[in-house]
Amino acid sequence: MPKHETPLLDQLESGPWPSFVSEIKRQSEFRHKNAEAMEKAGKPYQIPVDVCDDLLGVLEMSYNDGTTHWKHGGIVGVFGYGGGVIGRYCDQPEKFPGVAHFHTIRVNQPAGKYYTTEYLRKLCDLWDFRGSGLTNMHGSTGDIVFLGTRTEQLEEIFGTLTHEFEQDLGGSGSNLRTPACCLGESRCEWACYDTQELCYQLTMEYQDELHRPAFPYKFKFKFDGCPMGCVASIARSDMSFIGTWRDDIKIDQEAVAAYIGGELKPNAGAHEDDTPFDIQKEVIDLCPSQCMSLEDGKLVINNKECVRCMHCIRVMPRALRIGDDRGLSIFCGAKAPILDGAQMGSLLVPFIKAEPPYDEIKEIIENIWDWWMEEGKNRERLGELMKRQGLQKLLEVTGIKPVPQHVQEPRHNPYIFWKEEEVPGGWQRDINEYRKLHPR
Amino acid sequence: MAVVEFKGKKFEVDEDGFLQRFEDWCEEWVEYVKEQEGIKEITDDHRKVIEFLQDYYKKNGIAPMVRILSKVTGFKLKQIYELFPSGPGKGACKMAGLPKPTGCV
Repeated sequence: MPKHETPLLDQLESGPWPSFVSEIKRQSEFRHKNAEAMEKAGKPYQIPVDVCDDLLGVLEMSYNDGTTHWKHGGIVGVFGYGGGVIGRYCDQPEKFPGVAHFHTIRVNQPAGKYYTTEYLRKLCDLWDFRGSGLTNMHGSTGDIVFLGTRTEQLEEIFGTLTHEFEQDLGGSGSNLRTPACCLGESRCEWACYDTQELCYQLTMEYQDELHRPAFPYKFKFKFDGCPMGCVASIARSDMSFIGTWRDDIKIDQEAVAAYIGGELKPNAGAHEDDTPFDIQKEVIDLCPSQCMSLEDGKLVINNKECVRCMHCIRVMPRALRIGDDRGLSIFCGAKAPILDGAQMGSLLVPFIKAEPPYDEIKEIIENIWDWWMEEGKNRERLGELMKRQGLQKLLEVTGIKPVPQHVQEPRHNPYIFWKEEEVPGGWQRDINEYRKLHPR
Repeated sequence: MAVVEFKGKKFEVDEDGFLQRFEDWCEEWVEYVKEQEGIKEITDDHRKVIEFLQDYYKKNGIAPMVRILSKVTGFKLKQIYELFPSGPGKGACKMAGLPKPTGCV
């Protein structure tokens, strides 16, 4: 017998997609059934057994009245860190005591989110014992998210995570948030650098910046192995690292012929489309820089004009491969709309090698931080500081020379600032000198 | 709202243990918060941080950015965490009686 009636939520148990309502109900049943055994094993549940019931109860209430029932904010955490835990309190604690406290813990995930069942079981055992047993796999930034526990459990959970599992928390607050990457070289032939390694190395290098907020606002890293953007770094990270190459695309002409002849499926069979493959229509005519052609049945690419958009490689993965001279591009400033509008990353570094120990990349990161930490206003994202002080300033602080690749198009307004030293005679002028030639 | 009593004084606090009213701040509050924030002894360095936070709040109506706190007190962030293990927000601001930090924390 469920603790609360949930007629609206119950409707979400029908249909083909996995139902979060059914899953939470299952966890609720599990907790009730298992409570005695936990008690006997000397590990009684550390937060209310009916936490899941009360979560469904408060959610049903929100479905009914169309408004949230979580209070504003919440400041909880563990000693030594300024973030990692999102405090949350229900505004109906008498009705739903099981979720009076319902804090979220961010746990730093492994790069690429590869797991062993042994590791996940350990996490689940801990979370069943000291939390709600509910999770989010994963938060959009990448963390493993433990959903719902009480303040007294935070240090306990942190202690077990660090001492027994060698597992740290993720980031929250005005700091470096948990970095994330695409699967990279682990299982993709397009990865231009080891995204997981760079993600891991930078996460370790900047642990201090991740755990103790010192920034004007949040800051995110994301690592994409190629321009396909499988972790969406260009839209969801203040500093976006996107793999690329600068030599020629490698062409296997036999495989090209196999695509043309129909033996190989275009796009690795991603489209349910029986029409025969037309290389002219589906590849050559769609190339954004029009740098491809077919000569005597052979595919030719003018690599100097190629913008490495990935289209041809994506359509014919068995015939075309990324070049051998690989590295990455760095983009800066992506953010969601608040305050002054959404931004995607703007190109800062067209090409840089991505090889351990990544010193050149770290230097760019730290130069940007020095500038933004000094100049950034309270709650101003890097993208907004770039707007306020200009891309030119970003280039100066990173010591990068302006190149045409830095803009999509040149400015069309003539409000151009010059530095005083660039202008013969400087800014100090005497009006009387002027009047000698131009009487009033 | 919960009311806590400590050494004869009563304080109205929220779930996170922050003072509801800045005006209620007093010496006893510092003593009371010390316990829960992992601080053994209140030193002059603690006082310096608390006093600056309060001055800044009275003048500007907000808590200072971490960078400004560091610059004015001369304490690096690392030292601030040594003084206040929960950090400048949860630790120092709470002890100084400032309102709870908000936003995407």
